[in-house]
Amino acid sequence: MQLDAHIPSGPLADKWDQHRFDLKLVNPANKRKYTIIVVGTGLAGGSAAASLAELGYHVKSFCIQDSPRRAHSIAAQGGINAAKNYQNEGDSIWRLFYDTIKGGDFRSREANVYRLAQISNNIIDQCVAQGVPFARDYGGLLANRSFGGAQVSRTFYARGQTGQQLLLGAYSALMRQVAAKSVEMYPRRELLDIVLTNGQARGIITRNLVSGKLERHAGHAVVLCTGGYGNVYYLSTNAMACNVSATYRAYKKGACFANPCFTQIHPTCIPVHGTYQSKLTLMSESLRNDGRVWIPKKPGDKRRPQDIPESEREYYLENKYPSFGNLVPRDVASRNAKERCDQGKGVGETGLAVYLDFKDAIERDGRDVIEKKYGNLFQMYEKITADNPYETPMMIYPAVHYTMGGLWVDYNLMSTIPGLFVAGEANFSDHGANRLGASALMQGLADGYFVLPYTIGGYLAGTELESVSEDHTSFGDAESAVNEFIAKLMAVNGKRTVDGFHRSLGQIIWDYCGMSRNNAGLEEARTKIQALRSEFWENVIVPGEEADFNQSLEKAGRVADFLEFGELMILDALARQESCGGHFNEAYQTEENEALRNDDAYCHVSAWEYKGPNEEPQMHKEPLVFENVKLSQRSYK
Amino acid sequence: MTKDIRLTLKIWRQEGPDTKGRLETYSADGISTDMSFLEMLDVVNERLTLEAKQPIAFDYDCREGICGQCGCVVNGRAHGPEKATTLCQLHMRQFSDGDTIVIEPFRARAFKVIKDLVVDRSPFDKIIQAGGYISANTGGAQDANTILIPQDTAEKAMDAAACIGCGACVAACPNASAMLFVSAKVSHLALLPQGRPEAPIRVQAMLHAMDQLCFGNCSNERECEADCPKEISIVNIARLNREYIKAGLGYSG
Repeated sequence: MQLDAHIPSGPLADKWDQHRFDLKLVNPANKRKYTIIVVGTGLAGGSAAASLAELGYHVKSFCIQDSPRRAHSIAAQGGINAAKNYQNEGDSIWRLFYDTIKGGDFRSREANVYRLAQISNNIIDQCVAQGVPFARDYGGLLANRSFGGAQVSRTFYARGQTGQQLLLGAYSALMRQVAAKSVEMYPRRELLDIVLTNGQARGIITRNLVSGKLERHAGHAVVLCTGGYGNVYYLSTNAMACNVSATYRAYKKGACFANPCFTQIHPTCIPVHGTYQSKLTLMSESLRNDGRVWIPKKPGDKRRPQDIPESEREYYLENKYPSFGNLVPRDVASRNAKERCDQGKGVGETGLAVYLDFKDAIERDGRDVIEKKYGNLFQMYEKITADNPYETPMMIYPAVHYTMGGLWVDYNLMSTIPGLFVAGEANFSDHGANRLGASALMQGLADGYFVLPYTIGGYLAGTELESVSEDHTSFGDAESAVNEFIAKLMAVNGKRTVDGFHRSLGQIIWDYCGMSRNNAGLEEARTKIQALRSEFWENVIVPGEEADFNQSLEKAGRVADFLEFGELMILDALARQESCGGHFNEAYQTEENEALRNDDAYCHVSAWEYKGPNEEPQMHKEPLVFENVKLSQRSYK
Repeated sequence: MTKDIRLTLKIWRQEGPDTKGRLETYSADGISTDMSFLEMLDVVNERLTLEAKQPIAFDYDCREGICGQCGCVVNGRAHGPEKATTLCQLHMRQFSDGDTIVIEPFRARAFKVIKDLVVDRSPFDKIIQAGGYISANTGGAQDANTILIPQDTAEKAMDAAACIGCGACVAACPNASAMLFVSAKVSHLALLPQGRPEAPIRVQAMLHAMDQLCFGNCSNERECEADCPKEISIVNIARLNREYIKAGLGYSG
């Protein structure tokens, strides 16, 4: 297989314009003859389905939740970036592009990232037109704030609920198209396989989660907007239903999986407190704009935070990174917290936490101002921990939050399977080895509103597609395979619950393929995952019936995939003998413990091709060519 | 302080929409007060699974109070006893050792029970389809800052837009009315200049859909506001009523 990213030639700033002109158009009268399957209704899926339907295509939209309004994009708190330069700080498309490339530690494609920065401005315009209630200044203009890793205020926000408001915007556009009968909506459905005919993606097999019945859906193109795989760690900030199954099953059908070891550990989450814990809660990193991160200087200091005098506190981010201070990128902030806790300076019952203190901000701006900015976050924190952050510093610790890796896509967001497009967190394309804050919402909406509507048209107009219906043998074959898989899960009838296996897998991946990694640990993790996987297929218990609403069965299928996918992450981490962004191999670090890249050997995307159940996957390299930026060691001093 | 408590749970079990349901009693020991309510149900389900019994079906997803997928009636209150809290954010420290907790699905004629504590809230999507949007196709928008929106107006719109569509208002209302839900969307869009052109048709169409979908009407009981996890105010219902009257008079301003 030869990877071709299909990056248009010409100057960086003109590539997208030129490409849009070069893409073939589908005659408006013919659009309704094409059915496009869009799986997932988060920011990418919701916006893509709505926009494609507006153009006249027939769209089938699927979501795992009971309503398309609930996808996990809804939980994004902080904001969305755009290069509007409304604050006159010298921001520009170029600066947003450069920050994103640098923040990703030079492991993303120049052309994709530049396009993202260009489109960022259209997104804000579109969202305002839809009625997204962004924060405003007194004069009625849009307000902005600066956000983790950026020195300009380019983040647009709606209190601490930006993701919710953007998603409800996309959802309302989608509902409008459902009412117009341009979109057929299928909630409570889970994708269990992609159907290929003639090597092209032509449909999907879904399970109706209410009846338990399998369903076949044919179309002319399939779009996966099914999010990231952070739940491979069991504990993460992702919603409970987030999974790798859609992308992993596409991988097994021939779509390459790119950079699976690139995961983001978010620095500001509520620390873990018990084994029964089902998820971790993120505290928006916008809190780092006003909160100061510190720990006691003395290891093992058990005094209450208010009893520790200033002179005995270590504001380690401010000391180590004077120009960025508490606003260093996520990977840097997370790793520093871990290092301090490993030195025994962590706080709280478990010693796995650092303080995030608002005392100075409250003294400077007043409690009212802080409450207005972060009130809902403080309230959420208090509900979970029973501590009041206005009076005592918050305790935070890093948690798995986002996965930069995903299915490999070209410039058109098409995977290595023709006709299978991948958008949002599910693809790998724009964030390199680390994503900057407020960039996920930007990418999801860029892909859905402004990229896919053109590139899918180009594909459909330029490709010969035979007529395929749900009776085609390829659908029958795929459905039988899914049936077999489900029957096999139900038949094990062992003694250990699905959650039990998931917790064990999560612990292995967190310990060995988390914030820092080493080769010996990764090798050990691989063996452990293989053993756990064998045990799963001998000892898992899935109660209930196949043809019923059965949440245990849903989870079992997802965990079965995670158990295979986890090993792919390990393989990818082992193959990348350098440190970059979220992938920190202890053998490769600078004297100041920063990630040390090896641009000569690893300036590429690792795209993995499935070779069969007991075969090693094959790695293909897409070299990353930087024509416009100079690769440098990231420094946030 | 964290401690372990012992509870008696009376939980609604119902195999499907057409079968008869009943309350079943379970004892739950060793429940940490740091657990969330849903984590407590997870623990009960793990135990049921290991005893080869059917786990309790309940809806959940984000577990951070924003997706709106979770929700049950706990001791007679939608989302339980704590104010402004979704069920996933309710923690067991709100309960005491020895308590009996009654857990039932959101009940309303419009919300069919799917299984145990899971209900079908798709009628909410149908109400939004009737008009809960601004008709703005992708691509044609002008620069975002050409529309000035006073901060106070934007804040009020945001107060209404904070609705998570969980359905607690319907479960809490003696009439099973969806008025708070509808009014939140009507208000969010009617307050903003972008939403004005469609304001009259929107309010009429959404209310019509609410009636058609077998939700009751509002009789100012204020139970919705009391149980709303996002504290959506009934001021929005008053605004909806004004919008409805204006629309009836053919006034769109």
